Amino acid sequence: MSTAVTTEQVEKVVTESLATFGADPDQITPDATFEALDIDSLDLAELSQIVHEQFGVELKGSDVAEVKSVDDAVQLIASRL
Amino acid sequence: MSAAGERAGCALVTGASRGIGAAIACALAADGWPVGVNFRTSEDAAGATVARIEDRGGRALALRADVTEPQQLEAMFDTLEQRFGRVLVLVNNAGVRADDLAISLTDAAWGEVIDTNLSSAFRATRRALRGMIRERFGRVINLASVVGPRANAGQANYAAAKAGLIGMTRTIAVEVARRGVTVNAIAPGLIDTDMTADLDGELLRAVPARRAGTVEEVAACARFLASEQAGYVTGSTLYVDGGLAA
Repeated sequence: MSTAVTTEQVEKVVTESLATFGADPDQITPDATFEALDIDSLDLAELSQIVHEQFGVELKGSDVAEVKSVDDAVQLIASRL
Repeated sequence: MSAAGERAGCALVTGASRGIGAAIACALAADGWPVGVNFRTSEDAAGATVARIEDRGGRALALRADVTEPQQLEAMFDTLEQRFGRVLVLVNNAGVRADDLAISLTDAAWGEVIDTNLSSAFRATRRALRGMIRERFGRVINLASVVGPRANAGQANYAAAKAGLIGMTRTIAVEVARRGVTVNAIAPGLIDTDMTADLDGELLRAVPARRAGTVEEVAACARFLASEQAGYVTGSTLYVDGGLAA
């Protein structure tokens, strides 16, 4: 499973998830910070859950705490694939 | 209007073979929720609760699990979700008493009551919240007690667990409120069940209503808290105690 997943697919899932959490789709760029997107810790917990379901990647609260931007999240997830 | 009709999910009531838990399971089923009827030892009684629900046209599944065992708890959720979908209403009702004066209360009696009445409710809530926040709907109902907010000599363990449940209820409620998930507690007073059969007498005289409550009176409150109409009620504790804590 993991070999078939690309960084682009991760980016797509992250972007779509952030939009469902209420972030403005036009503002979701790789450089956008979660603070600017008004994404909070519960959103990140839900994102971790979605990532686990979709890619089988387990993210702990301590991992996610270091994540500040969309690209940070994508790179972290991609590194665990 | 119940929430159940519009949602593909179910309710889970822990400790639902008898007493308050059985009455709540029946009340939620009457509102259209398929219900997981958890029990630890009383298989016949759990089967009777399921039969009562099915006789009235509801759906239910008896689920054996010791809620203090995380693996059994997890397996119970998996089984129920495979059958009826996400758990959208969780009623943490399973509870035990092991009374003694604090001066002679053993570590085992302390631990058993905290594990069953508080820690298992936390684990079940954590598990259920995953599905609830994804669904943007959920109802967690924790069965607390007037004992906790109020003193009752001989129940330091029980009071600590039940007061803990009320504190946990408030904090988790604020964590998940914006996902449409509510978390509330019900604090029954003296209710006529097997578990309180040895308690009346002195306690009954302290109840302003001068009678014990019924399990149906507690279940009606759970049914309300689980409903769509209760969507703005969260972090609260509803006393069902004939005025005992007033």
